[in-house]
Amino acid sequence: MSAIKETVQDHGQHHHKDLAHHFDTLEQQHDANTLGMWAFLLTEVLFFGGLFAAYTIYRYKYSAMFEEASNHLDIKLGATNTVILILSSLTMALAVRCSQTGNSLWTGRWLLITIAFGLMFLGVKYFEWKHDYHIHLMPGKDWSGKDWWHWQYAKKAKDMEKEAHSKGSAEHSFPDRKDVLADNDPSLGVRGIQESQQARLFFLLYFCMTSLHALHMLVGFVLIGIIAYFAYQGAYSPDYYSPVENIGLYWHFVDIVWIFLFPLLYLLGAHMGH
Amino acid sequence: MATVGLESKTFEKFADVVGHDDDLNYLNHDHSVLSWLFTLDHKRIGLLYLVTITLMFLLGGALAGAIRLELLTPKGDFLTADTYNKAFTAHGIIMLFFFLIPSIPAVLGNFLVPLMIGAKDVAFPRLNLFSYYLYFAGSVIALTALLLGGVDTGWTFYTPFSSTYSNSYVIVMAVGLFVVGFSSILTGLNFIITVHRMRCPGLTWFRLPLFIWGIYATSVVQLLGTPVIAVTLGLLGVERTLGVGIFDPRLGGDPILFQHLFWFYSHPAVYIMILPSLGVTSEVIATFSRKNVFGYHIIAFSSIAIAVFGFIVWAHHMFTTGISPYAAMVFSLLTFSVAIPSGIKVFSWLATMYGGSISFGTPMIYAFGFLGLFTIGGMTGLFLSTLGTDIHLHDTYFIVAHFHYIMVGGAIMGYMAAIHYWWPKMTGRLYSEFWGKLSAGITFIGFNFTFFPQFILGYLGMPRRYYEYPDEFQVLNVFSTAGATILAVGYLMPLVYMPYSFFFGEKANSNPYGGSTLEWTNTTSPPSPHNFEKTPVVTEEPYHYHAKEAAVVSH
Ligand code: HEM
Ligand SMILES: [Cu+2]
Repeated sequence: MSAIKETVQDHGQHHHKDLAHHFDTLEQQHDANTLGMWAFLLTEVLFFGGLFAAYTIYRYKYSAMFEEASNHLDIKLGATNTVILILSSLTMALAVRCSQTGNSLWTGRWLLITIAFGLMFLGVKYFEWKHDYHIHLMPGKDWSGKDWWHWQYAKKAKDMEKEAHSKGSAEHSFPDRKDVLADNDPSLGVRGIQESQQARLFFLLYFCMTSLHALHMLVGFVLIGIIAYFAYQGAYSPDYYSPVENIGLYWHFVDIVWIFLFPLLYLLGAHMGH
Repeated sequence: MATVGLESKTFEKFADVVGHDDDLNYLNHDHSVLSWLFTLDHKRIGLLYLVTITLMFLLGGALAGAIRLELLTPKGDFLTADTYNKAFTAHGIIMLFFFLIPSIPAVLGNFLVPLMIGAKDVAFPRLNLFSYYLYFAGSVIALTALLLGGVDTGWTFYTPFSSTYSNSYVIVMAVGLFVVGFSSILTGLNFIITVHRMRCPGLTWFRLPLFIWGIYATSVVQLLGTPVIAVTLGLLGVERTLGVGIFDPRLGGDPILFQHLFWFYSHPAVYIMILPSLGVTSEVIATFSRKNVFGYHIIAFSSIAIAVFGFIVWAHHMFTTGISPYAAMVFSLLTFSVAIPSGIKVFSWLATMYGGSISFGTPMIYAFGFLGLFTIGGMTGLFLSTLGTDIHLHDTYFIVAHFHYIMVGGAIMGYMAAIHYWWPKMTGRLYSEFWGKLSAGITFIGFNFTFFPQFILGYLGMPRRYYEYPDEFQVLNVFSTAGATILAVGYLMPLVYMPYSFFFGEKANSNPYGGSTLEWTNTTSPPSPHNFEKTPVVTEEPYHYHAKEAAVVSH
């Protein structure tokens, strides 16, 4: 019987201070941690995936209004944030590199710089959301189709003005503001209501996706902060740096989500001509 | 071929292969309450789950009792329409999310995965404890929702009723499910990494016990499916609080999108419930037939196939919603294909038993029950995957019977088989075989009495989820309620004789059933806190009974 499953001596060997008791080697521990993080990110992909699926379906169903609505987002702010986030990924990669080479001081520093970039991102986002609020893009209970059409009108007026201007004619004729509002007052048209609702769906998805993304960043700050603290304590070494590497994977994931969100939300309506 | 006589000798031979029963073990090495509440030991965490899910099972069972009592008569005399809705919703949610999904993975998976693969613990012990507390918190939130007044949407939360019209505590319940969902995800993640990275020397993938394959496949489904329901419930909550219309047709949304997202998780979820039981059955049948499992590889792969196919059949729950007929045809075909791996397993088990030296221990009786009931459940699934018949049977008691045959007859029977099979390992004690067999028999009979009439009721057109029904259905409903009473007795018995055996039962040796996997051959009953005295080295496939029996004879 015992011939079938023999046993090896537990080599009472090298008990590295960072080796948890249930692992045999540091390498096994590192592999398990990294694979664990990848598996977690897979879950995250599906978590965001539900939202992306909803987005894809409504974008397909209501493509005209989605493009229209997308034009109300501020591409400049979105682009700025994209650059900031990519920079933060760079600093994160540097942090991981430093932890691998045993440079604890700079591991900690790069991590803190990463948080700083993240905070900048959220700062920009804060002002952007505030602006969105002021121009009545909030899709919540007080969403008003009227506001939406109001907006549409103002934009159309501006476009026509520009067009007239570029044609060199000083005069421009567009319908009186009051008329447009009356024409498109939700009480006046099924289509008007529908289109306003479609735009509302866009903004709903915009807020859901960007706030879920922001939430991931907040969680990231806490984790990065903890790991930065340990890095300053000299907890990581070329033998043992998987926490830094894993937080790096997480942060890059958060970054990549944004890389998808930016074109889908901001650039959607930005055709060449606009 | 081994004879019965040889078998008992075999058992003696297996006894005390390793260690002594009075050794310090994981149960008695520390008695303080805190040592249990903050334990990182996978075995203790398994027991924490066992206690908690048993309580949830009792609660869910009580609600089932209320439902069956109401349906005893055609008129609504015990519950109001509203309470009835809340009762079946609470029953479904508790049984599925708080009992069945965690049952085998969280209790036995936690206890067994490291033992079966020769590891000291799961890959992430702290995460494991955290998952338990997430489960606990989710349960508390769900119970709060029930105490506040309950939820009346059904466990399926269909919109726009759940998002707009229902006046019950949908959001609180959704939060509870969200939290418990993450417990499920993290448990699955832990097992996946454990199986990948913690196997002992020599334990290649195709030397893994089939239970591990089952748990592995389950974990993959948990990891990939659960986040989708989490975000769906999140959107439901957003829609309900902000009055937006992502699923509300009045506001441009699409209620069918909710169903797609819901079933994208919830169909795979039914495989989360059944795959572990399939794994248990393979173990029990091999041990109690004393034979190598017939078609080891194909059983292993069919678990993976079920997990994969499970993700591409969800729309069979939506044949009557007006989805495109072409889509419906494709989903119908794909659904049929799920039956193939399930069928393969059943045939492999039969072939395993064929020519084996079968003994009828309690776990085996439960496994027999599993075999029959799972087969009926699966076969009736084919009626439902057929587009034409589904139109007739959808939302009737036929559906209720179908899934209870699989989930109660299949999954819970498998769970009971597992609890009985590994009880001596978990507690170091033997329960009474007499009471065990009796409970298995009573459960089987009670189960069929309860649910078989529901096939007929559904076929005759009785819809599900109503608290009243036409007089002509009463006879069959009385049968069903009477059966439920018997079933309840079958389930309550283990709650007496198992705890009894824990304190007063005969001491078990390390391998009372002559199992051939590491948790039997290389550890004591109950195991020591660190599982193995020495890291095992595996040199063989898991179920080589021929070789072993021969070795015993030649001694
Ligand atoms: C051979 C495999 C199976 C097939 C072909 C199958 C087929 C189906 C179909 C087509 C339906 C939809 C019927 C309708 O709503 O009109 C259904 C419902 C259901 N099945 Fe299965 N099934 C199978 C296995 C399982 C398993 C393994 C489980 C659970 C462990 C399960 C649980 C359920 C549940 C819970 C429902 C109803 C959900 C609800 O509406 O509340 N099925 N099945
Ligand atoms: Cu299904």
